[in-house]
Amino acid sequence: MFVYILKRLLVAIPVLLILIVFTFVLMYAAPGSPFASERGVPPAVLANLQAQYGLDQPFHVQIWRYLVALLTEFDFGPSFIYRDQDVNSLIAQGFPVTLTYGFWSFVVAVLVGGALGILAAVRHNTWLDYLAVGVSIGAQVLPNFVLAPILVLTFTLWLGWLPGGGWQGGQWQFVVLPVIALSTSFMASIARISRASMLEVLTSNYIRTARAKGLPMRHVIFRHALKPALLPVISYLGPAFVGMITGSVVIDIYFSTGGIGQFFVASALNRDYGVMMGITILLGALTIFFNLLVDVLYAWIDPKIRY
Amino acid sequence: MPLLEITDLTVSFDTPDGVVKAVNGMTLSLDARESLAIVGESGSGKTQLAFAILGLLAKNGRAAGSVRFEGQEILNLPETALNKVRANEIAMIFQDPMTSLNPYLTVGDQMAEVLILHKGVSKRDALDDSAKMLDAVRIPDARARLSMYPHEFSGGMRQRIMAAMALLCRPKLLIADEPTTALDVTVQNQIMELMADIQREFGTALILITHDLAIVAGSCLRTLVMYGGRVMETGPTDALFEAPSHPYTRGLLNAVPRLDIPQDKLLTIPGDPPDLTDLPAGCPFSPRCPVSHEPCATVMPRLESFDSARLRACHASREAVA
Repeated sequence: MFVYILKRLLVAIPVLLILIVFTFVLMYAAPGSPFASERGVPPAVLANLQAQYGLDQPFHVQIWRYLVALLTEFDFGPSFIYRDQDVNSLIAQGFPVTLTYGFWSFVVAVLVGGALGILAAVRHNTWLDYLAVGVSIGAQVLPNFVLAPILVLTFTLWLGWLPGGGWQGGQWQFVVLPVIALSTSFMASIARISRASMLEVLTSNYIRTARAKGLPMRHVIFRHALKPALLPVISYLGPAFVGMITGSVVIDIYFSTGGIGQFFVASALNRDYGVMMGITILLGALTIFFNLLVDVLYAWIDPKIRY
Repeated sequence: MPLLEITDLTVSFDTPDGVVKAVNGMTLSLDARESLAIVGESGSGKTQLAFAILGLLAKNGRAAGSVRFEGQEILNLPETALNKVRANEIAMIFQDPMTSLNPYLTVGDQMAEVLILHKGVSKRDALDDSAKMLDAVRIPDARARLSMYPHEFSGGMRQRIMAAMALLCRPKLLIADEPTTALDVTVQNQIMELMADIQREFGTALILITHDLAIVAGSCLRTLVMYGGRVMETGPTDALFEAPSHPYTRGLLNAVPRLDIPQDKLLTIPGDPPDLTDLPAGCPFSPRCPVSHEPCATVMPRLESFDSARLRACHASREAVA
């Protein structure tokens, strides 16, 4: 197992390198410039700026310099838009915010979605099942850019219970609405997946054996059915977590939370090469890490999988 | 008082295609320590009969009639009351050992939980007893196997584990639903020997459900032949094989391939198994019966006793069947 994890981490290095080079090439090929503005910049100033950021160099020099700085000093370089900040400090500032509400959204989505799905399956074809299915379909079709303003309208403007935005170092009042807005659709997906897989598991022969042994229903469900029913959910969790992080742009914009989501989209629009590269690499690493985590969890649950 | 007494049991399922009538007025009784084989082809209702006894029918299934165990009515008991009977008094072994054990739990965990639940023993004692029971069903190195998962065993071994698990609480009745169907012939033989040993050593009554007449002959003293969810005939296995009193039994016996007589092709019973959503008002076998006559399709023959220990449900005379 340990060897397997080590191998997977080693394989991650060339994958990340390919990702870096590929993104770099794409950005180099894309038209536009971080210094293009409506007023137009005098050619002399533009040339100065380009020279300062090394954009006047040929492609191979640019990518070489980037890789060397990244690999030797873990330096993602400067931001091309936020003049006083480098990418490392932007990420250091925004990522903990994103990670905080991303983590709680993840927890809420898994617990609420899982519970809802399992409850619906156990009470198959009863009003509880229909309610759970209805709620999850409703939550699924409601995009977070619609849900976010509804939440602000309800809880901030009408009820006045929670602040409509800001972060304040992550005090809980400021975390609640972003978490609800971000977790809802993932919660719905998890509910659907866990319901379907629980329904399938409950008809399997070994569940009948467990019932024939006279085990109480809750014992049958939690001891015999839960693990296999969760397998499809777990394989969804890896991509889901990364999806939450990348999907956080809407949250950052609506709630002014200051996470990396807003930087990511802004950087693409502004051709802020440094920020864009930095966040892409970060998300790539996260994706690889969570896929590994999912595989390890899988092996932990399913004894037939041994690495 | 018989150990198990089933009276006029019916099992039906609500499906989109109509009501499937799997068991239609079954009556049987079984004494303690007795062994009974229930024989019939696929769709004759024998498995659903077993599921109904333990309340294991699918959610769309309904059972009516009476199932008495030691005089107590157990049909349609609430789940909590049934759970005291399951494994503790009546245990079951299922058809497919490859899928009947939980692949995500160790064999030891799956066995021990039965004893922890029903006998309230500690996990350590439960594991000790489980190891002894695995030993009793001749699984070598039982102790070490407790921490293994089902996929690490062969099909025959898994069926032994199922048998060991079923016997943990020393049930008075063991229902084995086609325990050998998924296994190859040599392993089948071993499992049937095991069943006989279990009966001898533990004094358990046995209901063996099967479509394989060859394994019945050597294992159960009494046989019951089922068709279309009804009893066709029942009696001592030897007498029933020697002189079948029902045309369906006759057909089943004829269909067993024989090595001592040259045969060009396998004999079968002509026609198809009955459509359980649309059974004839009379004998379910009448559409395929070679001696079917006037009242057969409309009037179900009553179970009538003859030769003291035998029962048959057929309008035709015994001479006509023989």
